[in-house]
Amino acid sequence: MYAITVKDLVKKFGDFTAVDNLSFNIKRGEVFGLLGPNGAGKTTTISMLSTMLKPTSGKASVNGFDIRTNQDEVRKSIGIVFQDQSLDEELTAYENMDFHGRLYRIPKSIRQKKIMELMKLVELDDKKDNLVKIYSGGMRRRLEIARGLLHEPEVLFLDEPTLGLDPQTRNHLWDYIEALNKEKGITIILTTHYMDEADKLCHRIGIVDRGKIIAMDTAENLKNDIGGDVITIVSSEREELYSAIRSLSEIKSVEIHDSSITIGLQNAEKHVAQIVNTASEKAITIESLFIHKPTLEDVFLHFTGRTIREEEASAKDKMRMMRKVRRR
Amino acid sequence: MDIVYTIWLRNVKRYLRSKSRLVGSLGMPLFLLLVLGFGLNSVVVLPGMDQGYIGFIMPGIISMSVLFTSVFAGIQIIWDKQFGFLKETLVAPVSRLEIMLGQTVGGATTAVIQGLIILVLSLFLGLELSNASGFIIAVLFMLLIGLSFTAFGIAIASRMEDMHGFQLIMNFVIFPIFGLSGALFPIDGLPEWIRSLTLLDPLTYGVEGIRYGLLGSSQIDPSISFMILSGFTMIMVVVGSYLFRNISI
Repeated sequence: MYAITVKDLVKKFGDFTAVDNLSFNIKRGEVFGLLGPNGAGKTTTISMLSTMLKPTSGKASVNGFDIRTNQDEVRKSIGIVFQDQSLDEELTAYENMDFHGRLYRIPKSIRQKKIMELMKLVELDDKKDNLVKIYSGGMRRRLEIARGLLHEPEVLFLDEPTLGLDPQTRNHLWDYIEALNKEKGITIILTTHYMDEADKLCHRIGIVDRGKIIAMDTAENLKNDIGGDVITIVSSEREELYSAIRSLSEIKSVEIHDSSITIGLQNAEKHVAQIVNTASEKAITIESLFIHKPTLEDVFLHFTGRTIREEEASAKDKMRMMRKVRRR
Repeated sequence: MDIVYTIWLRNVKRYLRSKSRLVGSLGMPLFLLLVLGFGLNSVVVLPGMDQGYIGFIMPGIISMSVLFTSVFAGIQIIWDKQFGFLKETLVAPVSRLEIMLGQTVGGATTAVIQGLIILVLSLFLGLELSNASGFIIAVLFMLLIGLSFTAFGIAIASRMEDMHGFQLIMNFVIFPIFGLSGALFPIDGLPEWIRSLTLLDPLTYGVEGIRYGLLGSSQIDPSISFMILSGFTMIMVVVGSYLFRNISI
């Protein structure tokens, strides 16, 4: 049985289609990642699945309950950590937890026990009576995750859980998320635009671009699609280089991008000399060259032809445009 | 009911915790009470008023304090919206009506506390409470003002994107409501056209009700005041819940 099923989900804001015919299923106990640049439609998808936003068309269910017709049951089944902070800073950490517990109608005796248990899990039990406004960013995040778990949800949504956190705190949070999934068997759906995060945590990854899922598989398989290692060559004579090396038998794939060429092949270290030699024979200048194990960044580039950073710039333009239209 | 209590509890906790706001919001009413009260006490002679002008405006200043606190408490959900906390409440399996009612009762509670503080301070300035029932009547009217105008604030906040419009609302809606309410002048001696405006202002009935409770006399029959203000409260709660239901984040 699936924890989440999504079928032909669409969300439009005026003329702009934020989520475009999305379909995917998530198994129980799975950690599923939606990976994509800012503005790709990840948060919009999460908002619809958590009943905060009504879809324009399409169907989706969470924990077996329809997100349109059975909102209350969906809400009881999910815990959510929003992209932006959603704590009351004027209350203490314990009071924030207590407020949440009361909203979900958890009886007092259970509530108090669970709060202490979870505060211990995220190592905030000794600071439970401090006002949230003196908490650091990482502490707030941990508190929000603890709060999202208080009513024992079947599905946990994490919208950019480590955005803006330092590397140490990020690693720490990843450990929590992994432990939660392993020990409690909670289905987790997270959105991120960090490749390494999706790579480390998720069993399966859906790559989202412009409201569509363009690839969905395990991180391993996605990387294999590229064909082993990746060599990136920056050069102004890309076309020439492309035709020169295309015929080499070891090379599995060659793609031309705006300023570089990426080559997918096995055992890149062994064959790099051959590629460079071929280039110099044809008098093609190579500005720089990198060899690396494929990351999801390469996967994104492979499927969309753009790097995530380029895509983010254009999403910002799009948003600026939308804002202008609204002002008119 | 437990959800309404939860949200009420949060509001009251926050109110009691922010001492600066509590003290700060006493400044204006106290200032008006002293300046207008003592400044005009000798020149303004109201027939049938033993306590003088300062006694006359005390109920008005109490109403003002309740009015401002409650509108502000309602509009506060814009902060919750901006700081993200509103999402936490909206995604929980509770109805928006419960959230709205909790917010309204919470805001009204803080407004009544604020009004009671002014009432206690007025005792030092010469107000005399003759009987307990009068006091209870005054608190009842304070509660009605608090409920209706918190709901009013929520209704406005549900339609506002951010706090930029707050000044506009204050200057063009809240101040006129206060100014026209008969808090500072007796309505009987007014020219006909202002008098009808005054009678359209819901706060007038709150001021008159509190005045009856504290001073024992008023220009509008207290039972009429009670009925009109209760009706206004109900309308505001309905309008507020309707608009809050369609709030988007």
